[in-house]
Amino acid sequence: MAISFHLNGRPVSTDADPATPLLYVLRDEFQLNGPRFGCGLGQCGCCTVHVGDEAVRSCSVPVAGVAGQAVTTLEGLGTPEHPSVLQQAFIDEQAAQCGYCTNGMIMQAAAFLKQNPHPTEQEIRQALANNLCRCGTHLRFIRAIRRAAAQGVS
Amino acid sequence: MARDLMAHEVTRREFLAGAGALVVSFSLAGSLLSQGGAAAAGTPGAAPALPADLAATPTLDSWLKIDSAGNVTVYSGKVDLGQGIGIAFEQIVADELDVSLAQITNLVQGDTALTPNEGYTAGSLSIAQGGMALRYAAATARQYLVGLAAKEFGVDPGQLTVADGVVRAPDGRSVTYGQLIGGHRFNLTVTSPPPLKDPSEYRYVGKPEPRLEIPGIMTGGSPVYIQNLRLPGMLHGRVLRPPSPGAQLLSLDTSRAAKMPGVVKVVRNGSFVGVVAETEWAAIQAVEALRSAAVWGQTNRFVPADQIDTYLRTTAHSDIRELDTGTALPALAKAAVRVKADYSVPYIAHASIGPSCAIAQLHNGNQWTIWSHTQGVYPDQQALSYLLGVPASNIRVIHMEGAGCYGHNGADDVNADAALLAAAVPGRPVRVQWMRADEFQWEPYGSAMSFRLEGGLDASGNLVAWNHDVWTATYSTRPGPPGWLLAGWYLAQPQLPGPAANVGGDRNAVPYYNLANARVYCHYIERSPLRVSAHRTLGAFRNIFAIESFMDELAAAAKADPVAFRLRYLNDPRATAVIQAVTKAAGWNPGPRPSGRGQGFAFTRYENAGAYVATVAEVEVDRATGQVAVRHIYTSVDVGQIINPNGLANQAEGGAIQATSWTLKEQVTWGAQAIESVDWVTYPILTFPEVPEVTVLPIDNPTLPPVGFGEAACVPIGAAIANAVFDATGARVRRLPLTPERVRAALSQA
Repeated sequence: MAISFHLNGRPVSTDADPATPLLYVLRDEFQLNGPRFGCGLGQCGCCTVHVGDEAVRSCSVPVAGVAGQAVTTLEGLGTPEHPSVLQQAFIDEQAAQCGYCTNGMIMQAAAFLKQNPHPTEQEIRQALANNLCRCGTHLRFIRAIRRAAAQGVS
Repeated sequence: MARDLMAHEVTRREFLAGAGALVVSFSLAGSLLSQGGAAAAGTPGAAPALPADLAATPTLDSWLKIDSAGNVTVYSGKVDLGQGIGIAFEQIVADELDVSLAQITNLVQGDTALTPNEGYTAGSLSIAQGGMALRYAAATARQYLVGLAAKEFGVDPGQLTVADGVVRAPDGRSVTYGQLIGGHRFNLTVTSPPPLKDPSEYRYVGKPEPRLEIPGIMTGGSPVYIQNLRLPGMLHGRVLRPPSPGAQLLSLDTSRAAKMPGVVKVVRNGSFVGVVAETEWAAIQAVEALRSAAVWGQTNRFVPADQIDTYLRTTAHSDIRELDTGTALPALAKAAVRVKADYSVPYIAHASIGPSCAIAQLHNGNQWTIWSHTQGVYPDQQALSYLLGVPASNIRVIHMEGAGCYGHNGADDVNADAALLAAAVPGRPVRVQWMRADEFQWEPYGSAMSFRLEGGLDASGNLVAWNHDVWTATYSTRPGPPGWLLAGWYLAQPQLPGPAANVGGDRNAVPYYNLANARVYCHYIERSPLRVSAHRTLGAFRNIFAIESFMDELAAAAKADPVAFRLRYLNDPRATAVIQAVTKAAGWNPGPRPSGRGQGFAFTRYENAGAYVATVAEVEVDRATGQVAVRHIYTSVDVGQIINPNGLANQAEGGAIQATSWTLKEQVTWGAQAIESVDWVTYPILTFPEVPEVTVLPIDNPTLPPVGFGEAACVPIGAAIANAVFDATGARVRRLPLTPERVRAALSQA
């Protein structure tokens, strides 16, 4: 039985086993680059997507759990030619070393800024406390999020 | 795309033939031990020799191609590992070739069919080796093209000017690079250093040019990572690793896994077991089914974790003399004050945020293509040749970026996994990504190390004797030589490694200070209990943790300011400059301060020949809990000529933060038989609320050879933090990481 949901604004459906984590459906079936496997345990945040307005770990949500819902990935926020304000802020701050974790940073921060459009630095650090970066790019992520917030992104 | 690449490959292979022949003679020691040679050759304006990588592959066509539209393709054997080196290469080439950055339309990094053999991308040598090879290649190309134009115009080359790939004569005539060479080969062998530009003429070098791949990273608009590479007909593989190192598979019932939906094949060869499936999730589930159906014989018995220090010191080892003036022990015996301290550091994991990944494809029966985030496409080609039993020339290894690489992680091993699984499904590309626990349990770690230091002061508090022993395992077991790929150890006919060379534990073991009476020995154990290899800085972070902690202990014994004490033993103006810059910016003030707050200092020159770096760490210590919070790291750096200040700052910030994580939190843990660090809970790293502010203070020396900074950035951090904890509390912690328990224990003795 096909599972239907909205993906980046478009209706989609999948015949995947309902227990399949959303991450693998997004990557293998819909060929998305943004959400990536980091731990499969919900610990690192590399696979973060939005379900509705909420940031969730797509490695730990079965695809059946998003039936009928709106799923947004990094690709749904903007494109290289037309990035979102937050994505542009990450570009302007050159906020990457390897960049593998940045999907999670942007998706977590985008959801957070909707709830708290003018956060303090401490609030940003707390909001990203469960997103891991190994290269040590944290300060650039914080600067990018502050830059976007200053521009009134939500 | 593939067809174009194949056609391209045939022509390029001809001029790479010379490089290919070097594969056999390339040893793991090559890139790890070389230091400074290429950097010396890179001195702008005063070029004594060609950079080593260009001398090894002197065919200009191996490095540069210009098409008829004047678009430039750059070929480098140095790859991007998350450090963002590509833009720096393009800046170097654009300036020396006199084209705009936009005219460099393609940068090919690491492909055995297309790029020169530059060994491993390691040791912070990408700029000093790869960048300088490109600088000299580009200058040679410019000289040649200007010569062609001069001939065409019938004027002296000195009368011509070049901008944006257009050569102009004084009378207004002009010709483009595309018209001069477009589509044709240079057919030039670079034999002597060409004249280089004066650094004041550079248009891009020294500027924070943005990285071109970043918009794709931030939007998902391009694959960027090998993890995102999707090939037609691609299958997914996973490997069932044993429950502990060396375990043998006694029995395996594959029937359930083989029948699972989507499973194409279960592969078994001895104790190597894997599965190939139509989807990634099917492969993951099938491996779990195999895990519950496998019976293993486990024989591994680890040295208990609390005995590792003793093990390193007492097991059989080779004793390498690093420095011995012959006078250290007599001077120590006569010293007015003697200070002695033991330090130790644990095994540290690379712990890349994205587990290792590779794609392998077997075509036409014996031709292989491997897509990999390896640090060395040519060494891996050789290693895979041994593993697969085919000539290296049958294997093409193509680099594609993965998650951040900080040394020899699972990248090479996953190539072997993918190849062994792809052999079972000829024609189909097989993608393998390790699971999180695979990465933590099976990657080679940076070795644990142990140190004993003794110093002697005279009656005036001058340092008059230095006696220093280092115990370690090797810091390189990289593939290239046969037997160093994990999968090979578990085959029915195992491919096992020979003895490891003693490499890298001694990096920065010799202090950079002027010491009249010094003895430094590095003792390498013959067999490491845990799998070890190259980890960012090799021994340097550990050695400098010990040396710079001990310099503080000596300064305290001499009742001297720690910075002033060090300056007595340095007479290098570049060292003094970074020290003055950082102490000024940090407001270095070792006087009384609020309880629980402290400043700590450390200095190093990487490999005693590369980047200069001086660091001040500011900490707060909670005396009740022993919790250390690093508030701010100031780090001043001199890498000679700065190619891209943004890239340098990024490495400085990242190195400071990663090394703070090592210092406060990180150690691989194990039980009787198996590694117990399996995820981010059992191997915690620094999180956002714990990350310090970082202030980077670069000192540009545009006329000095550029050297790398990715590793040097990390090196002083551990000692600076430990020294700050001492400054804050009077407690000296000599064992990393600086856990609350250790800090509390040290406080109780302070």
